[in-house]
Amino acid sequence: MNTEKIKEFEKKAKVIRKHIVEMIGCAASGHPGGSLSAADIITILYFYKMKYDPKNPAMPDRDRFVLSKGHAAPGLYAALAEAGFFPKSYLKTLRQIGSSLQGHPDMLSLPGIEMSTGSLGQGLSAANGMALAARLDGLKYKVYCLIGDGESQSGQIWEAAMTASHFKIDNLIAILDHNKLQIDGSLNEIKALHPVVDKWKSFGWNVIEIDGHNISSIIKAFDQADHTNGKPTIIIADTVKGKGVSFMEGNIAFHGKAPNKDELSKALSEIGHCNE
Amino acid sequence: MNNCPKKASTRDTYGKTLVELGKKNKNIVVLDADLSASTRTCHFCKEFPDRFFNMGIAEQDMISTAAGLATTGKTVFTSTFAVFCTGRAWDQVKVSVAYPKLNVKIVSTHGGITTGEDGVTHQALEDICLMKVLPNMTVIVPADAIETRLAIIAAANASGPFYVRLSRQDTPILYENDNYGFKIGKGIVMRDGKDVTIIACGIMVAGALDAAFDLEKKGISCRVVNIHTIKPIDKELIIQCAKETGRIITAEEHQISGGLGSSVAEILAENCPTKMIRIGINDTFAESGKPDELLEKYGLTSSDIACAVKQILNK
Repeated sequence: MNTEKIKEFEKKAKVIRKHIVEMIGCAASGHPGGSLSAADIITILYFYKMKYDPKNPAMPDRDRFVLSKGHAAPGLYAALAEAGFFPKSYLKTLRQIGSSLQGHPDMLSLPGIEMSTGSLGQGLSAANGMALAARLDGLKYKVYCLIGDGESQSGQIWEAAMTASHFKIDNLIAILDHNKLQIDGSLNEIKALHPVVDKWKSFGWNVIEIDGHNISSIIKAFDQADHTNGKPTIIIADTVKGKGVSFMEGNIAFHGKAPNKDELSKALSEIGHCNE
Repeated sequence: MNNCPKKASTRDTYGKTLVELGKKNKNIVVLDADLSASTRTCHFCKEFPDRFFNMGIAEQDMISTAAGLATTGKTVFTSTFAVFCTGRAWDQVKVSVAYPKLNVKIVSTHGGITTGEDGVTHQALEDICLMKVLPNMTVIVPADAIETRLAIIAAANASGPFYVRLSRQDTPILYENDNYGFKIGKGIVMRDGKDVTIIACGIMVAGALDAAFDLEKKGISCRVVNIHTIKPIDKELIIQCAKETGRIITAEEHQISGGLGSSVAEILAENCPTKMIRIGINDTFAESGKPDELLEKYGLTSSDIACAVKQILNK
């Protein structure tokens, strides 16, 4: 991957971040922290890795993305709008009555949403189901599933982890957005996840560790996952909650709080010029 | 069981019907949670091992995995005991299945107290309530093996989420054949009568018919209606029965609150207030015991139904 291409993706990630803070600011409600921490991963999935067609969102052999940590919906909506599933102007309707941009993703209301999520822990199981269906149908698509680290405290994640390795689901790639914070505090204070790499390895997964904000590392990890046979892959992405906006970074106050007017303009100026 | 002596297993019929459907439709996939020998999905597993997934004792994972499969156009049947696929996995059913209207058919066995000796943890007495409250969910409680087959076929052919509740025990055969006009959402008048209507579902339909048979000898004429579809319920038939017979008894192997009786009471209260008595489990947990002993102790026998009829008629 040449540096110019990397720079292009970095710019795209900025656009996604800009949409995220604008949408949430406009809605005066939403989850900026966990949307921003996942922005680089989502950017690479939608603008480098995944095969899909916004004009034919039901294409049977499309790659699928399941946002198990459904509260990062603004990041997903931003990517879908940028990818051409719906007009970018629609992003302003986030969380408003009558909008398809529900607080958490609703697969029936918006093209490109593969699964309704929001109640944590369920998306990885659903992703397994989609991946098994590819096997039954003789299709080559891959299923990508973004889970949270707080979400990993829920038991169903580990049920799904066992399912994926037991059935050798190697067309499934999970990504852990490991931003190390949850609503009530840090994971280490609330209920620690470590040793997270050992946990996934012991569940029979191929584990790749990366800096979740380094574009070329993210690209390499997804490409590496393509060559794994006979077991599922998890990319453990070391991320910063609120990444890209200094006063949101590592600040649990912005897990589920919208920026006010002043904060929004400060955030936008920090994210900077990004040539839409 | 004087008027319906033959019995058959609803769950065994389910397993065989799955095989019948699986042969015709390659899109049918079946998931179970380590109870395939009991739910009889093992028949399907044996015939179509590639389309069967045993998810282990992980009902929440099973329901959401089924949902994921269904997003790709599969018709997914998931089975385990009624307690586990409704109570244990309720949020998964709500968020992963009912909300996105996915084509997942939750077919449970071991509904009600006749699960018997395993006791409270394995007796589903609130499953109908838990499923019928969910938007987009169709809820069916077949009365015998013949109806079970028809309900499973109907569920497979319809799109969207279904909950079908079956029993552990063999159930009296009530229909001579499958030409009686089974239709989702349409109740069946099993026998006509003018003094009172007994509205029942599941195994209680046989009890209601027995009660009606006995009461006839005492000069009491009972209509018996099988409401196999709890949701969408046959409102017109229920109102018609209330108008024509004036009194209604409901009978179900479920908590009195939240089940068939509740649905009937809601319809009648709004449309045609009618004197009624609801028979079911009266806000209590049951216990271990033989199925027949439990039915007797908790007031779900045909004589309990007959007593309620006499009570409502002041006889």
